[in-house]
Amino acid sequence: MQTHMKSPTTFTVNGRTIRVEIEPHKTLLDVLRDDLDLTGTKCGCETGECGACTVLLDGKAVLSCLTLAVTADGKNIVTIEGLSEGEALHPLQSAFIEHGAIQCGYCTPGMILSANSLLNDNPNPTPEEIKKALSGNLCRCTGYQKVIEAVEDAAKRIRRM
Amino acid sequence: MYYTRILKPFNLLMPQTIDEAISILAKYGNKAKILAGGTDLLVKMRQRVLTPGCVVSVNKIKGLNAIDGDPKGELRIGAATTMRSIESSRVVQDYYTVLHEAVCQIGTAQVRNMATIGGNLCNASPAADTAPPLISLGAEIKIVSAPGNRETTRLIPIEGFFAGPGKTILQSDEMLTEIRLKPIAKGTGCAFLKIGRLGVDISKVSAAACIRIVDGVCKVARISLGAVAPTPIRAKKAEITLEGKKICEDIVAEAGDAGAEEIRPVKDMRSTADYRREVSKVIVRRVIIRACQRAGVDV
Ligand SMILES: Cc1cc2nc3c(=O)[nH]c(=O)nc-3n(C[C@H](O)[C@H](O)[C@H](O)COP(=O)(O)OP(=O)(O)OC[C@H]3O[C@@H](n4cnc5c(N)ncnc54)[C@H](O)[C@@H]3O)c2cc1C
Ligand code: FES
Ligand code: FES
Repeated sequence: MQTHMKSPTTFTVNGRTIRVEIEPHKTLLDVLRDDLDLTGTKCGCETGECGACTVLLDGKAVLSCLTLAVTADGKNIVTIEGLSEGEALHPLQSAFIEHGAIQCGYCTPGMILSANSLLNDNPNPTPEEIKKALSGNLCRCTGYQKVIEAVEDAAKRIRRM
Repeated sequence: MYYTRILKPFNLLMPQTIDEAISILAKYGNKAKILAGGTDLLVKMRQRVLTPGCVVSVNKIKGLNAIDGDPKGELRIGAATTMRSIESSRVVQDYYTVLHEAVCQIGTAQVRNMATIGGNLCNASPAADTAPPLISLGAEIKIVSAPGNRETTRLIPIEGFFAGPGKTILQSDEMLTEIRLKPIAKGTGCAFLKIGRLGVDISKVSAAACIRIVDGVCKVARISLGAVAPTPIRAKKAEITLEGKKICEDIVAEAGDAGAEEIRPVKDMRSTADYRREVSKVIVRRVIIRACQRAGVDV
């Protein structure tokens, strides 16, 4: 059996088309961090529980630790590095900083991408809806309250844009 | 528990059609594993519980992730449909509320974006949250295999699909392609409830009920429980307690007790057997009350 066979895979990462040869057993998390140097995406539990590895795949928040990279062929991936425009932070990023929703920052990329996915579908979420959307992102520092406030505030800013 | 970062290398195949997929399964037999959302399979592969030589991704198969048909005839849900798509389906929300309620409570937003209904059923956890709703709805599933010694397509009631924890009746060359739902008869109400440590957790006890009431009398009751036996089960004693009776508080409480008699709970890290037995009574009663309310009868 032809195991280990590298497959040519093409996907878009943060707007750039990328062609890579990937071994089938590599996860999207492995490829983003190790092959593409996009280390903003974090590795926490690798069993689907913590959300640190969250990225957007065709606009939806998914866990890169449980996605085989080859299966992302033809898809559009957004990581935390793709959210800001040059030096200009995304409203979610600014709101997280201003509300003190970041402490150590390990959970933040995943939190922000989950929140971004929520706001794409629902520009005016209630605190309950925010909690539900972020229930797959664990944070050991902030106690979550400031995160929820930051997302509410970012939603307001985006609605005004 | 044994756990490692790196997955053991395997051959990955991405068939474009169901025919291609089943011929791969016929060739590789039990060395092959289907990959849908990966939220169960990849975790088990990391833990080395499973080390398939060949992984068959069904993500590129067109139509396998669609909801079609209609609730007046037959609704078909493709095996690779994500929880998220089912959660957003108007038809499921309006007609098959019991399934809608279950999928909304599965895992986290990211898990629901990835996890499929076929993966949930084929993984065959006793706690699989889509099983009790589908059993209560009397759903059928379509199983296909490559031409050989068996029928290449069979339709079976979902109830007969589970064989034990992690086990189904699927042979290694078969795949699940579709879930079929019948129309809901007039006067029917349905509901799903689950108890977990947190909302997003795997169920400790779950229950689904579909109840048809005509002039205050229960005509048909279908009640199913999850996480309280080696497979999801039908609570037939609870059903018999209700059928033909006028719906009232006493009869519903009796049905709750009858339901709890049927469970064969295990003791695991999530709860003790006694806890599951006590909670089953309450949750069966509550799910019946909610289903009756939706059928227009307050208890
Ligand atoms: C953080 C977390 C929370 C979770 N919470 C819940 C929860 O609340 N409730 C719940 O029920 N589950 C929960 N799960 C478990 C899991 O997400 C679900 O069981 C999910 O539906 C599995 O689907 P999948 O598409 O990811 O399956 P996969 O992992 O791709 O596959 C699962 C199994 O089914 C087989 N398979 C898949 N599709 C087919 C097919 N068409 N034909 C034949 N075999 C097939 C695979 O070979 C594999 O053995 C959770 C998981 C995680 C990681
Ligand atoms: S690293 Fe993916 S969910 Fe924790
Ligand atoms: S800020 Fe440290 S884990 Fe969330």
